[in-house]
Order: sequence, then structure tokens, then C-alpha cells
Amino acid sequence: MNEIRSVCIAGAGAIGSLFAGHLGTLVRAKVLARREEHAARLREEGLTVSGKSQLHVDIEAATNPAELGDVDLVIIATKATAVEATAKTLSGHFPSATIMTVQNGLGCEEVVAKYGDWPIISSVTFMSGVRHSDVHVEYELDTATWMGPWAGGTATYADVEQVAALINRSGLKAKAFADLRPAQWSKLLFNSSVNSIGAITNLPHVKAFAAQNGNADLGHLVHAMMDEGKQIAAAQGIELYEDPWEMNVKAVSHGSTGDEDYAHVFSMLEDVRNERATEVDWLTGAVVREAARLGVPAPIHETLYRLVKAKELSWQQGQPH
Amino acid sequence: MRVCIVGCGAIGSLFAAYLAQRDDVEVWAYDLDQAHVDAINASGLRLSGEGNVHSQPKASTNPADIPPCDFGIVATKTLHTRAAIEATAGVFPDGAVCSVQNGVGNEEIIAEYVPRVIRGTTFPAGRIVEPGHVQQDTGGKTWMGPFEPKSASMEEIRRLAAALTESGMETLAMEDSRGAQWTKLIFNAATNPIGALTRLPHGVACDQPKVRALISQLVAEGAAVAEAQGITLDSDPDALVDHAREVAYNHKASMLQDALAQRRTEVAALNGGIVEFGRQYDVPTPMNEAIWALIEGLEHSWSLDRG
Repeated sequence: MNEIRSVCIAGAGAIGSLFAGHLGTLVRAKVLARREEHAARLREEGLTVSGKSQLHVDIEAATNPAELGDVDLVIIATKATAVEATAKTLSGHFPSATIMTVQNGLGCEEVVAKYGDWPIISSVTFMSGVRHSDVHVEYELDTATWMGPWAGGTATYADVEQVAALINRSGLKAKAFADLRPAQWSKLLFNSSVNSIGAITNLPHVKAFAAQNGNADLGHLVHAMMDEGKQIAAAQGIELYEDPWEMNVKAVSHGSTGDEDYAHVFSMLEDVRNERATEVDWLTGAVVREAARLGVPAPIHETLYRLVKAKELSWQQGQPH
Repeated sequence: MRVCIVGCGAIGSLFAAYLAQRDDVEVWAYDLDQAHVDAINASGLRLSGEGNVHSQPKASTNPADIPPCDFGIVATKTLHTRAAIEATAGVFPDGAVCSVQNGVGNEEIIAEYVPRVIRGTTFPAGRIVEPGHVQQDTGGKTWMGPFEPKSASMEEIRRLAAALTESGMETLAMEDSRGAQWTKLIFNAATNPIGALTRLPHGVACDQPKVRALISQLVAEGAAVAEAQGITLDSDPDALVDHAREVAYNHKASMLQDALAQRRTEVAALNGGIVEFGRQYDVPTPMNEAIWALIEGLEHSWSLDRG
């Protein structure tokens, strides 16, 4: 890929805004927004980052990619549910660009590849931010974004290293992997379990997710579901980078006393509470599809996947919650 | 014959009201709901809807008021089985006590407190309209048979069943009533929690092929546990699921009603019962286990401050 002199962020939610703000301190930063009002405010006021970073950059923004010209790197930072629509918009534009996806779960790269022959970098991000307005994001969790070349395309490890180096210089954290799958699957199995269970039980990420005392304690289910997922990773030769169960135990032991509930509200639970389509097809559903492809049984993932899909239907039908 | 209904909610009231029509049966109703008890004592117990009965059982919130009884019929929610039978054990110094509750595991608890136990399963359903007045929504049979480890005699079981049948509640005395109990258990465990977790009425849930498949898989696990115990099911629970779709498309399962009201559910006696009997008989039940944990998780969520 070219030396990166310009980037375009497609989808400036919290994660997209963090990329745009930080990368904008080093290279020309553009934002492809969905709403014209959002693009206009970015053009007029630029983008402010507070929290773990303090910065302000100018942004070139538009809702039509034709107005943005070519770039060297496009980062698609929408939710998984919006990737198809975004990729359709990008089709025929940014001929020199490498595209990086940062969605949860599996399957977004395949969707992007349907709309152009850009080299594609896969990534998973653990950083988080709070979006205060269209032009202000707070950098909250300064954990890394992991990235690697998507096996189905032409991006190379050297491309990934160049992007990771740029992200690190900009003040965010990134780590390049020759094979992202061990890291991607660690996060996938973590999310496919805790997100779907949270969505069905209406529970944020509290201690109950790691409790394994009583017969019906939720930890047993989380553990069994993750063990099931590990079999599916193992069946395709993936050695996990991190144990999802340990990620879960660690996540619920946050807090000053070590036994406080760490009540992170999963994105899927937020979606359920707001009656929006969830990312279950890319998380739990992705594990179910991989299991079927590999001929490995996945009854617990299937159960949770079906329950979340049914729950989405309940508000489409106007059932009380 | 003297009979005490232990737990006089909707189901208990059906039994109490029908039986109390008979001159040869003295019916006592034990319940903690003072308003319901007072209304029954003041102006009797009235059934409307499917049933049209007005009779006069004696009711009390205090077990010490109740004389020794020949029979007990326990009709509390499964969550309250132990507390209810512990409180009323003195009413049955030589009595035979029958559970007509949902799920499995109730007879085992009752047997810790009384001399002889009857295994019952009942289909009629209803709801309390106001103190002293219950609407009967559906009719249907009741099955009674021995609870083998500590059973009443068949003669006793037949006597209670006959009294009920003659009072208008068709009741069958059987040498083995486990088939009826497990058929209803498997049906309830496969359908009730799906409603509670997804918020979908029964028919809508059944119309989703993937949800319908999930119900069938839950049924299959329960049927395997029944088979391992040598129980022959009365009918195919999967066929009951389809039948319920026909006759009760918009029905909100009782567990869904519990979830909407944020009341504790009977999941431990339903999916939990299938899981525990599965463990005893070495039959894996991963999906029922998952459902049990999810419902317990949902109940836990009601205790958290949403902030």
C-alpha cells in the first residue's frame, strides 16, 4: 500500500471519532458521515477529543464519498449491522485505499469485499469512548486495537505494520498480527457468549457471569458456552490468544474492592433496551455458522442465537417488555 | 371425608370450590392471603367462566384452626411448597397429601413432612378476579397416582379421585401417574421459558421455525430423561405444542406473565427438575440447563438498580 498520507473514517461513532481525531494529528483526516448535519458540523468545528487524549483537529467531511477524493486508508467503523450499506456507498470510490474493518465478530470483511477489490485489514478493538456530540468524543478505555491481514484478500503483513505504526504514533494503541484469528476468536468467543446472555437476561456484565456455585448459576452457562466455542476454534486449528473465560473473570472483578459489580452494559443489551437490531448475526450467529461448516455441535450457541433473534422479533411485533 | 387445600390461589380455589359442593366432604382452605380467606368465610367461594360454582369451604390463614384432615391437596406455586407443607404438616397426622403443582420435585418435599403422598397433575387453569372469586379459564382432567417412595394406598387415591370427579372435576386414579406428570412438565419446560425470555406469545414463537426447533430440542431432552426413568409419556409433548398453537395462539405463558410482573418463576421445578433428574439418570440436558440459568439470570436482573 501507499505511504499513508490521508485516511477516511466511514462511520464516526465513538470508535470512528477516536480514530479520526488521533490520526488527524498526523495525516489528512476525512469523515464519511451518514447525516449531512454531522458532516457540516465537522467541517465547521473540527473534532475534539477529551479524556485520555486532549486534542482538536480539522476534518474534511461529507456524506458522499465522491466529495472526499481518494485516500490511502479507509477505516469502516460503523456497527456490523450497517457495514453492508456503508460498503455499498464506498463502491467505485477510493481506488488507492486499503480498507480496515473494526467491527465486532466475524463476516464484515466478506461483505466489504463484495463491493470492491480493496486490500482488507481485519481488526478487533478493545478501546472505548463516549460520544458527547457530533464533534466531541471522550477517550475512555485506552486498550489496543489488534489487526492482521484478512486472509481472503491482498493486504500484507507489511501493510498491517504500517497502519499499526501510524495508529501508535497518533496516541492510540495498536498491535499487528501476521494471523489475527487467534486474537479475533478470543474476542469473538468472549462476546458471542456474554453479549447474548446479557441481551436475554437483561443483565449487564455483573459478577453473576462468573459465579459457579449453585446449580443454576450463570457462570456455568457462560463457561459451558465458551468451552463449546473453543471446540469450534480448535476444529479449525486456531489456538486462542487469550482464554475468553479468563477475560470474563477479569472483566467482572474490576472495581476498587475487587468484588464490586462491574456493570458494563453490553452493546447487544443496549440494542435490546433501545429495541434496535443487534449484532448477534456477527457474534453468536457467526459461531453457529462456523460450527455448522465444521460439523461441530454447538447447542448452547444455537439456543442463545435463536432466543436473541426471537427477542428482536418481539419488539418488531410491539410486544410489551 | 375432610380435605385441606394447601395454597388457595387460582388452582387451589378450583379444587376447594368444586369439592365444597358436596355434603359428605368438609373442605378447608389454607392460604396466606387474608383478604381472600376473609371473603371466602364471609360469602363463600365463587367460580365463573368455564366453571359456575358457588360453595362454602372454611378458610384460614392459621393452620392451628384446621382440624386433622384425611387428605391434603397442595396447590401453591412450587417456590412455596416447603414453607406451605411445613406450616400445615400438623393437619395431616395420618393424612394422604397430593401435589397438583407444576413441575417435579414437590412430592419429594411433601414426603418429608407427611405420612403418605399422592402424585398429581392437573390441567384446569384460572385466575383470581377478586377475593373470593376465581375465573376458571380452562377445564381438563386431573391425574393422580402413587408417589412410590412413600405412597398412599390405591384405595385412598381412588377415594379422593372419586370425590373430585363426582364434584365436577374429572380425576383419574392411576397405578402410575408419572406419564401424565412428565408430559405436562416437558410441555411446560419447553414453552414457558421461551415466552419469558423472548416476550413472544406462544403462537408467534411457534411460527418462527428456529424457535419452534428450539422447543422441539428442549422437548427431546426432557423425553430422554423420562425414558431413562422408564416413564411412558401420556402423549407427545411436541404435538401438544402444536395443539396449543391452534387453541391458544395469543396465550402468554404463566412464566411470561411472571417475567412481565418481575415475579420469581417456577423454573427450578420445570427446567431445573429435568436437569436434576437428568443428572441422576446420566442423561445430558445442556439446553434445559442453559434455559434454567438464563431464567435465573433474568430474575437476578430485577434485583439490580438500572441506574
